[in-house]
Amino acid sequence: MSALSGEFAAYLALVLVGFLPNEVWRWLAVIFSRGLDEDAEILIWVRAVATAILAGVIAKLTIFSPGVLATIPTPLRLGAVLVGVIGFLLVRRSVFAGVLAGEAALILGALLVGR
Amino acid sequence: MSSPPEPQPASTLAAFRAGLNATWTSAFTYVLFANYVGIGAISHDFGFTITWTLVATVLVWAGPAQVILVSMLGAGASLFEVALAVGLSGVRLLPMVVSMLPMVKRPGVRSWKLVLPAHFTAVSIWVEALRLLPAVPREGRIAFINGLGTGYSICALAAALVGYYLAAKMPTLISAALLFLTPLAFLMSTLRNARMLVDRLALGLGLVIGPLFAYWQIGLDLLWSGVVGGTAAYAIHRVREALQ
Repeated sequence: MSALSGEFAAYLALVLVGFLPNEVWRWLAVIFSRGLDEDAEILIWVRAVATAILAGVIAKLTIFSPGVLATIPTPLRLGAVLVGVIGFLLVRRSVFAGVLAGEAALILGALLVGR
Repeated sequence: MSSPPEPQPASTLAAFRAGLNATWTSAFTYVLFANYVGIGAISHDFGFTITWTLVATVLVWAGPAQVILVSMLGAGASLFEVALAVGLSGVRLLPMVVSMLPMVKRPGVRSWKLVLPAHFTAVSIWVEALRLLPAVPREGRIAFINGLGTGYSICALAAALVGYYLAAKMPTLISAALLFLTPLAFLMSTLRNARMLVDRLALGLGLVIGPLFAYWQIGLDLLWSGVVGGTAAYAIHRVREALQ
């Protein structure tokens, strides 16, 4: 395949199988949210579903980690998340403190375990 | 970044700028940066060009979808399989955008004006919007989200560029730590935003049900764990309100 058509194919693939299947959910959301106002009762449920999906993403990334994160032992990853939550609670519910504490625990733990 | 095509009232520009400025004080900016350094690196490793990587960052604008796109296309999966996997990962955007747009719009606003804020909506914007929007005057909220989204996009593009060219030199532990930022930051932000009982329940239930459904290899596990966990949390919330 010539470089030009290869390059063109890569952009075509990006739009057809990367952009459209992802973006369609946002367009549907624009349609579904018509006529809903901020205090609509159904939004409490919708937000709960979104929160639960996000929680599932968090747990899956931690337990069934992708790529090189899988080289860190699972108990260490779970422990680091716990340290992060403790840091978050101790420092005025600060996201930054929580992330920092969790990352520090992961890196120190990995160095101690000898990876 | 181009200037708006027609003269805008000062308040719109001010709101856009306020959104843009909010980028630099948001903890998510750092997470986003680290995340896209990782995405730039895998894009390099799978042999995509830097231009393709940057265009993909802007068009897809969702970290997990881009990781799936790059790794599956790069590994030679069929286009149909890639579209399916990307589409499934994008389902979570639907409830996020539906719950955010009513905070953003005014009665009578044209739908096309919501397409850009909807495009910018990913986990980072969703979490920050729920936190920051209540303090923004309603007429400036669309511009505020567009400003915030533009700021995040600039940051992600810079990060993808850095990751693309550093790919070969990154030690494993650093790559692992970069990937670990995503679950950590998502968890902390959701914890901070979850003020109502229903949100806390949804978070707790999702944390347990999500990996269980994945372990049992239920198809569309994330979608189902969201519907089951979210609905259970909502039901408990309703029962509790009825009892009070």
